[in-house]
Amino acid sequence: MTAFVIRRLMQAVLVVFLMSLIVFFGVNVIGDPVDMLISPDADQSEIERTIRALGLDRPIGEQYLYFLKGVASGDFGNSFIFGEPALKLILQHMPATVELALVSLIMAVILGIPLGFIAGLHPERRLSRGIMAASILGFSLPTFWVGLMLIMLFAVTLGWLPSTGRGDTAVFLGVESSLWTRDGLGHIFLPALNLALTNISLVIRLTRAGVRETMHQDYIKFARAKGLPESRVVGVHLMKNILIPIVTVLGLEFGGLLAFSVVTETIFAWPGMGKLLIDSLLQLDRPVVVAYLMIIVLFFVIINLVVDILYSALDPRVRLGDRDA
Amino acid sequence: MSGPAETRAETPFRRFWSEFRESRIAVAALVLFTAVVVLAVLAPWITPQNPYDLAQVDVLDGKLPPGSKAFAGYTMWLGSDGAGRDLYSAILYGIRISLTVGFAAGLIALMVGAAVGLVAAYAGGRADALIMRAVDIQLSFPAVLIALVLVAILGRGVDKIIIALVAAQWAYYARTVRATALVESAKEYVEAARCLALSHSRIVFRHVLPNCLAPLIVIGTVQTASAIALESTLSFLGVGLRQTEPSLGVLISNGSEYMMSGRYWISFFPGLALLFMIVSINLVGDQLRDVLNPRLKR
Amino acid sequence: MKFGSILGPVLASTLMAVPAFAEELTIGLASEPTAIDPHFHNLGPNNAMSRHIFDRLILQNERQQLEPGLAVSWKPVDDLTWEFKLRRGVKFHDGSDFDADDVVCTWDRAPNVPNSPSSFGTYTKGKTVEKIDDHTVHFKSAAPYPLMANDVSTITIVSDEGGCGGTTAEFNDGTAAVGTGPFKFVDYTPGDSIVVERNDDYWGERPIWSKVTFKPIKSGPARVAALLAGDVDMIAAVPTADVATLSRNDRVSLSQGVSNRVIYLHLDHARADSPYVKANGGGPIDNPLRKLEVRRAISMAINRDAIVDRVMEGVAIKAGQLLPDGFFGVSDNLAPVEYDPDGARKLLAQAGYPDGFELTIHGPNDRYINDAKVAEAIGQMLTRVGIKTAVETMPRSVYFGRASRGGPNDTPEFSFILVGWGAGSGEASSPLKSLIATHAPDKGWGASNRGRYSNPRFDALLERALSTVDADRRDRLLAEATELAIGDVAIIPTHYQVSTWGARKGLKYAARTDEFTLAIGVSKE
Repeated sequence: MTAFVIRRLMQAVLVVFLMSLIVFFGVNVIGDPVDMLISPDADQSEIERTIRALGLDRPIGEQYLYFLKGVASGDFGNSFIFGEPALKLILQHMPATVELALVSLIMAVILGIPLGFIAGLHPERRLSRGIMAASILGFSLPTFWVGLMLIMLFAVTLGWLPSTGRGDTAVFLGVESSLWTRDGLGHIFLPALNLALTNISLVIRLTRAGVRETMHQDYIKFARAKGLPESRVVGVHLMKNILIPIVTVLGLEFGGLLAFSVVTETIFAWPGMGKLLIDSLLQLDRPVVVAYLMIIVLFFVIINLVVDILYSALDPRVRLGDRDA
Repeated sequence: MSGPAETRAETPFRRFWSEFRESRIAVAALVLFTAVVVLAVLAPWITPQNPYDLAQVDVLDGKLPPGSKAFAGYTMWLGSDGAGRDLYSAILYGIRISLTVGFAAGLIALMVGAAVGLVAAYAGGRADALIMRAVDIQLSFPAVLIALVLVAILGRGVDKIIIALVAAQWAYYARTVRATALVESAKEYVEAARCLALSHSRIVFRHVLPNCLAPLIVIGTVQTASAIALESTLSFLGVGLRQTEPSLGVLISNGSEYMMSGRYWISFFPGLALLFMIVSINLVGDQLRDVLNPRLKR
Repeated sequence: MKFGSILGPVLASTLMAVPAFAEELTIGLASEPTAIDPHFHNLGPNNAMSRHIFDRLILQNERQQLEPGLAVSWKPVDDLTWEFKLRRGVKFHDGSDFDADDVVCTWDRAPNVPNSPSSFGTYTKGKTVEKIDDHTVHFKSAAPYPLMANDVSTITIVSDEGGCGGTTAEFNDGTAAVGTGPFKFVDYTPGDSIVVERNDDYWGERPIWSKVTFKPIKSGPARVAALLAGDVDMIAAVPTADVATLSRNDRVSLSQGVSNRVIYLHLDHARADSPYVKANGGGPIDNPLRKLEVRRAISMAINRDAIVDRVMEGVAIKAGQLLPDGFFGVSDNLAPVEYDPDGARKLLAQAGYPDGFELTIHGPNDRYINDAKVAEAIGQMLTRVGIKTAVETMPRSVYFGRASRGGPNDTPEFSFILVGWGAGSGEASSPLKSLIATHAPDKGWGASNRGRYSNPRFDALLERALSTVDADRRDRLLAEATELAIGDVAIIPTHYQVSTWGARKGLKYAARTDEFTLAIGVSKE
């Protein structure tokens, strides 16, 4: 177990290294950040000066080595645009996104699993069909469009909830978050719902598929035959089996939510990492993009590791460790 | 089932079809989807305007409400978009692009992902570790970044966006197939097949793969639908398809900026078309899964 | 503590019996400043934000005309020297006095901020400042320089005690953000908000707002939604699509004004074989854009009324030159070219292209108002007179690099492009020098001349204008240079952007040509 974890973490370092290489060169191919930064009033000598000041006059390979040297001492470089350390910028934006992803994940589980169970246990009922139809809608609408619709309906037409931005924050248990204030909760509801839509549908479908599949398996039949109460059959035996794909997918999706909340954050002007990423990307702020993706990849590898460990806990048939062929 | 159907030789396809049509909704969805495909194929002959020919599009026709007369004389039953494209024509042409993008990307990603996932699960060890780390990298790349980089290198176009979507989606298939295959290959029948010294490819493709089909189809329908939605999201972020040859996604994202001003039709009708298309794909996919999954057999 | 909190409001309300007490304002911005440090980044949103906390020696008013700021007067004392008299009795937010030392150390800091992505060296270069006494300074240049006051008006004054030695990070966290401006720094949360409060000791007109919060909301529809939902009191850059609806809305009042930004087309004047111009069928062709008739035909083929009325929904003004009427150095003799498709076809035939040719127009899709739609409309219009035009738009991160240096040897890549230019200095020499003057890196001319237009007569005329200190004569010379360039169709202007601010009913914004959103410009009706 420990050896497995250590080996995995060492692989993670390699992955992060490869990633940084790809992204560093990839962002470089897109365009020249100087055109995004420089004032149109600047003349050629001023442009040259900026290129030198940012180290962009060096060959790209040399820039990368310089970057790696910095990373080794914990320095991911300064943002071209803000002039501040990229890492600091990312950490500043992180709580808002984690908060958003967490709320949206909770929404997905709270709404998705019960609805999925209903649809799976009684597939012929009208309610179940309605649930499935709604779940399909959840996938079908593009996030940005739904986001705009939510703003139109709840913020503009009905005026129930604020339209954009993050609410007031407060400190509770040493954590500063907008989840501790009424204003903050009001602000987070719409973007979190927007972000959760796809996942609610996903959880409904996975739960339903799992329920329907497992229901016909022998051990469930056996449990029923043994005379176990239905609530125990469903709540324990069925649930345990269904949780495997849900844990996998949600584990992956949580990372995904963190990383790809780009669109929702853009529409709702949510000051999180996703918005930082898309802004940095569109402005070719390479240090921020590279640092961000390195952190996200590391995060992902850890999530996958946790998922794998949970996997083996939930399904003893799955062998943990690096399998031999 | 009665009479003649019973006496006819039962082929796998017939059995499949008779099970498929048990769900009326699925059949209706299939009919709807077929109709959409036929309309899209016939688009050049049944639309008053070729929305991709700039000589036929006039900005003076722009943003007209449904039922207005175009400069060229025909009636624009669904109104026109910001550039003066007849929305009925633009939607049919857009469906062509969206379908091409969605299915091509979905299919290629499925093939790539399934192959990779199977290899990982079956081979195990180093190969598995290596492949799964590649999947980790892949999943941490926002599709936006992949698309932006590709746009920069290749320029825009349908083929490029397909490449971008495949690059963004194959890992989902790989991960799912591997997870299922891992459970499957631990089962007795695979052990049995191994004991019989069947070839690796035979075990993988004849025994493990069919048992991975159910989750593959679930993910496949979801991912095809999301490929189409992702394409429109990329357009929203300004890196999608060429705006003079709009897909449904481009039409919706262009129209979304008019929503606050009450010109709902520019994004509403393409949105509706997209909705019908994706819902029918998903309904058909749902039923396919129920039919194909051997464990659900009563 | 408790005592104070009860007494505080009572005392305050009796002491400051001003009607504008405790008036708070929240503004939704379209683009976010990248720092509070006023010398860090020479960028529109930053320069607008710095106007709140800081001042400059010379301020640009709504029309970008120069007005006394921390300097009360300025005049040339000889060909190479300008004398500035400084305002007396001005205090920084920390209570220290403003004097000539602050100006000298500011001039030193402005071009030398570490990691600056675009420094103010553009304006300070070649000029030195000298303290004469506490309230007099001399600015000197090596050659006669008529634009001295314009350049000085771009530099924000910081304090020689806290500001000059401060790092960008110290400005951003507030410790160094000590200015003389109408507002004091309160808080800066990148990506989320910037908060300032009224400086009650301001030397100029005291702002009516006690506290102002700026929130960046990049997406246009979201910004409009925030205004309609009452989350913000005012928004900048109302999308053109929403202007008509909002103007009919009783709860909203709009303020509009022409901006200093012209949208124009640049054509490849240099290459005989231009990569995005092809003969019909895609074969090679000797670059037709080098013929005056073809350029005139293209200009005549463009229906500017349609662009303004339909694409821009009426929120733009047809352009016939580089700056709208009323700016320094514009010509009275230039009107927008009339739409004449038949005339365009005739000119094309005369030039030897009766069947037209093939062309690709390149443009950004996230830089100017409706940029991609304008490009597409132009594509339609040219196609209709026989020039089969493909439209290729891309994000600005990709576009500008390729447009400026995408070709071999860092030359411009495209043949026919849509671009915009905002005259930061508020007068005509800015676009003339950057867009039309011959590309000459050593001289700093033609930096954005992406068509590589080159005309020695024009260059000579501009040279003369830029060394003429007499304002009236310079005005005439710049107008003459503009007429020469437009007559030769060096570029094809299409329209001037109009900026729109939206506010809740009862508020009014004094629209600015430089597109700045300033809290001091917001008043109550």
